[in-house]
Order: sequence, then C-alpha cells, then structure tokens
Amino acid sequence: MQDGGAKEMRKNLSRQELNIDVEYLTRVEGHGNIVVNVKNGTLEKCHLEIIEAPRFFEAMVRGRSLFEVQHITSRICGICSTGHCTASVKATEDAIGFKVSEQTKLFRKLLLHLETLDSHLLHAYFLVAPDAFGALSVVPLIKTHKEVVLRALRMKRNYSDMCDIIAGRHTHPISICPRGWTKLPSRADLVRMREIFTGQMNDLNATVDIFTTVKLPVFERETEYVALSLPDEYAFYEGDITTTDIKGTVKPRDYKEVIHEFHVEHSTAKHSKNKRSSYMVGALARTNINYDKLNDQAKTVASALNFKTPCYNPFMNTVAQLVEMAHCVHDSIRILDHFLDKGVDYSDIVTSWPKVDEWPDFTVKGGTGVGAVEVPRGLLVHEYTVDEKGVVQKANCVIPTNQNLANVDLDMQKLIPEVIERPKEEITLLSEMLVRAYDPCISCSTHLLKVEFV
Amino acid sequence: MSDKKKVRIAFFDFADCEGCQLQVTYLNEAFLGVLEHCEIVNFREAMSERSDDYDIAIVEGSIVRKHDEERVKKIRENAKILIAYGACATIGGVNGLRRRFKDHEAKEIVYKGREFPLDAGWPRPLHEVVKVDCYIHGCPTNNDEFVKALKSILLGKGYDPPTRPVCVECKLRENVCLFEKEQVCMGPVTRAGCNAWCPSWGNTCYGCRGMLDDPAEQGEIEVLKKHGYTIEDLMQKFELYNKCRMEAQKK
Repeated sequence: MQDGGAKEMRKNLSRQELNIDVEYLTRVEGHGNIVVNVKNGTLEKCHLEIIEAPRFFEAMVRGRSLFEVQHITSRICGICSTGHCTASVKATEDAIGFKVSEQTKLFRKLLLHLETLDSHLLHAYFLVAPDAFGALSVVPLIKTHKEVVLRALRMKRNYSDMCDIIAGRHTHPISICPRGWTKLPSRADLVRMREIFTGQMNDLNATVDIFTTVKLPVFERETEYVALSLPDEYAFYEGDITTTDIKGTVKPRDYKEVIHEFHVEHSTAKHSKNKRSSYMVGALARTNINYDKLNDQAKTVASALNFKTPCYNPFMNTVAQLVEMAHCVHDSIRILDHFLDKGVDYSDIVTSWPKVDEWPDFTVKGGTGVGAVEVPRGLLVHEYTVDEKGVVQKANCVIPTNQNLANVDLDMQKLIPEVIERPKEEITLLSEMLVRAYDPCISCSTHLLKVEFV
Repeated sequence: MSDKKKVRIAFFDFADCEGCQLQVTYLNEAFLGVLEHCEIVNFREAMSERSDDYDIAIVEGSIVRKHDEERVKKIRENAKILIAYGACATIGGVNGLRRRFKDHEAKEIVYKGREFPLDAGWPRPLHEVVKVDCYIHGCPTNNDEFVKALKSILLGKGYDPPTRPVCVECKLRENVCLFEKEQVCMGPVTRAGCNAWCPSWGNTCYGCRGMLDDPAEQGEIEVLKKHGYTIEDLMQKFELYNKCRMEAQKK
C-alpha cells in the first residue's frame, strides 16, 4: 500500500510534543477545525475535523416533486449553488428520460464557466492571496495593496453581473430548471457579456502576473486523481468518470464503482476513497487528467506559471484554478460568439413546473437518474430515485469536498513530519494553507448523512 | 469620523448555505461606502481577525444543535442589535423541511448507516431561541434591501420589512401573472421586498420571504379556484420555506 510509508514517518519525530488546534478555521466556506497532536515523538492526531451541523438534504427532498428538487439542492451551498443546480437538473432529466436541446446545453456550459470563474477568483484573491502577502485577510490589503483588492472586486462583479444576466443571480440561480431555461438572454444581453469579457482581459493577465511571483510551499504527495473526461473537450458540464489509477472510463450512473463513501468519527461529513486510502478531485485533478484538452490560452497561462502536469503538489491547486480561468474565459467567448452569429431560439423557453397539457405524449415513469458535473471544487454527483408521480423517494449527493477530505488528512500526515522542526506558528499556518489550497466547501460537505428510506 | 465611533458589526453563521453572507461580497464599491461608517469585526468566511466586542450582530442560518443554542445566546448577550439575516434565520427556510419528520424519525435517519454518534438537533429560526431585533428576509437576501435596512439600522431607526405581497412589485415590473401561465405562484401571500426577483426571471415565487402578516386569504382562495387549484396545493408548496411557521401556527 502506498500509505504504509506515511504511517512509519509519523513515528520517531525529532519533536516530542506539539499541539495545534485551529478552531473555526477561517477563510474557508463552513466550519472546520484542524487538530494536530504530537506526543512522545509520535504524530497521534492529524486531521481536519468537520464540525458543521449536518443538514440532511436527502431527507429534505424526500416526498417533494422532482421539479422543485433543483430549487432545494441549490440551497446546499450558496457558493456552489450553480453547480448543484446543474447536477440536479441533469439528474432529474436522466430520471425522467428527458433530452435537452443543444442550445440549453450551451447556455448551461456558459453559466457553469461563470460559476467556475467566480469561485476560482474568490479562492485565489480572498482566501489564498492574504497568505501570500502575509496578511490575515483581504481587509488589510485594502491599505497595502489597494489596486489588487480593487481588481479582485472588479473581476468578481464582472462575473456576478454576467450570472445575473444569464440566470437572474449567481447565488441560487433562478432561470435554470429541469428541461431548459425559464428565460433566455436577449441579443443586447449577449453583446453586453461579450463586452464584459473583452474588457476584463487586462485584469485576468494581471492576476496571472501576481501569481508568477507568489511562492507556494514545496511539497509533494502523489495520489489518485479523479475527474470527468471527454474525448474532444475539457470536461465540465458532462463526461464519463476516469481516474489516474484506472484504464478507460466509468459511466456517471456507475459512479459507485469509483466513489466509495465511508464515515469517520472526526467528521460530520462523509469521506471517500477508490483503490487507495484517498483520492483528489478539483482543478489539480482535472488538469492532471485532461491537460491536453485545455485551449491554447489556458496552456499559455500554464507555461507562464511554470505549471506542468502531472503535478503532485496540492498547494498548486490554486495555480491549476488560474489555468482553468483562462480556459473558461475563452470558451465563454466562443459560446457567446456562436449565439451572436446564429441567434437564440426563444421557443426553447420552458416553465419550471410542466403544465398539465404541455407533454401530451409524455408520462413520468418511476426510476433513478444521475447527474455528474465538474464544479469548481471537483466532481459532483446527484442521484435521485422517483416514483411514477415524479415524487422523490431517495436521493444521494456526492460532494467534491467530501471526496477530498481523506486526501487532506493524508497530505497533512505527510506534511507535518516534514516541517516538524519549524516554529509552531509556521506549522499551523502551513497546515491552514494546505486545507485552504483544496478550497474546501464545508457547507456542501455536511449537507447530509446518507438516508436510506424504508 | 474617528475609528472609535464606528459601529462594530459582526457576521455569524449557523446551519445554512452561507449564500446570504456571500451577497455581502457582491456589494463591492457600495459596500466600501457603508464600511466608512462601520467596522466589520467578524466575518469568518473572508477574515481571520475575530472579536467579541461588537454592536450589531448579523446572524445567518438556523439554530440546530445545543452547541448552536449556546453560541447564539452568547452572541445575543454581546450584541446591542441582533439582525436575523436570510430565510434560514428569519423563518427557518428549507431547513424546516426536516421538521416534516418526527423527532424519533429524525434521530433514526441520523444514526442509520453511521457507527459514530452525531448530534442531529432540531432546525429553528432565530426567534425561537433568542430575541430578534430586525429581520432581513430572503433566500438569498437582496442587496438593495440589505443596504437600505443597514443604513436605517445604523441611523437608529431599526428596519420594518414590507407588509405588501410580492404581487405588488411583480405588477410594477409588468410581468405576466404566472397563474395565467398555469403556474402555482406563492406571490399573493408572500412578503415583498425582493422586487419580484424570481417571477421576473420566468420562475414562480417560492415564498422564501415568509408569509405576510395579514395575507388576503379569501382573495387567494378565489385566484386558486379560478385556475383549478386548491389551498392544499398551495400549502404543500408553501411548506418548502415556511414549515416552521406553519407548525407554530398549529400550536
């Protein structure tokens, strides 16, 4: 086993005693504690505790109509709501056997790009950058690096403005629903978005420039990387599941062949593994698996940041996110140009609740559906089982942060012995930075305990 | 204005999606303007600095576990003004859906499939645990309303949410009524203040801002009847955000 060596490393440390207890880790989404305990030269405890109150979304959606599940599961997480919506509508459509139009799919890809851009930006500037500048948060940077903060706010507003244009708002988007969209952008909206994208190119380049000077910790631990993959596209919206440890791919409906979930005592969130004790999802996993599918602009950013795959340094996840930002910007422009050229078919608009006579030839059959999407933090899977009335009987949501939790713990267990001789404050900061590098979303991770209904 | 006179504001979150706090980061330049008159001393989602010395506590999320109860009571003791911020805090929001299950059922659900004990708790809006001074509704909250409310609170005037239904704002935006599109909409009985956000984007109102203090029940029943729906259809949907209040009314 690959993890045997790590276990050995945890004994006979040069430092006899060390206690780190970071309660309510800041600048992450949700509530988590870092606990490190070295006793008599042995690393006894070393993990990220998830203490957020579990919310039981799988219980909440039970007995609700399939057409409001997307509205409910969006509320798993404000930051990731667009990702949850996308996985949810796909799972719903898979369950009832509905195929959406190419136009619907393209607009969903655009919305998902905006979600990725907004989320990666928030992570890079607000959560990671303060560590790089030696600040406690972005607030003191207003005084010391005003132009950096203003740029971050400007970019964030650009991305959220575009989410507003296409879906009504970014947090809990309104117009995305099963079967399509309840509103579609006008030509003027498309032109406006095209202008915003063109106008923010200098800001994007300046962002890349900042990170060429940021020194991230040197650390490596090779693990299994898991992501969706497509033959001729960098997979976000759709694809089959693949990993660096398997040959070929697994269909989303068979996700349990790769994702094995389990409970641990120190966490109210489930952990996951495949063949090893842990695996990683997210930007680093995606770039490690799908690097050749990135567009040229993203590859240029990768070389500017000296980012080469395969990369086994989890701290580099932020760099992988910047590479993806370039990809998303240019792919979004491609999508906008397509609609500016071909026009939008407004007869494609649907209602969020199907009307009585809307589907004369269509009856909802009972069944199970799965939606798998690459959201900013990694692979997200929603699975719903519905009865013949379209009422949800059973649900399961597999969250990226949960899939990463076991990997974070194992990284920490390798990192701490490597830096054990440094001052406690530095070790604490490094372990906080490690957790933040994964961009964990703890609201998402504790959305549930899996519920089996009798 | 000297730093000492600035009003100290602290954000706290309980069981929720943190989406309402996220709205604050969308305020951008407008928010920097508000910052000139106050000081944010707690905002865990974006800051490492912390303080127990604050005037206004903006609290997001539902109270679920014993641990949460104790924490929010402490916050209440420290704060001069406590604002319930967002649907989970003001009305229980989607967390209330769990209250469809009886206490023992909820426990059964919690412990099933897990060998380790876990405190499941019971989701409640803030006012079921502590005294709330002001309510800012919504899922998510609306920034225009938030800035308006915050200014009013900073001026010492408090904030009273609108008492008219969403329909009033929806009509002003000249939207086609969703009942005309054969959709069941919560607008007629839901508190306004969001500028008919969802109906303006082609979706129905889901009632996230809670029921009006004095809804026009008879009028609503007539509208429903006209379009072939019953009050039960409406209540089933209304439960999505308002389960906590519906239970409180039963008592």
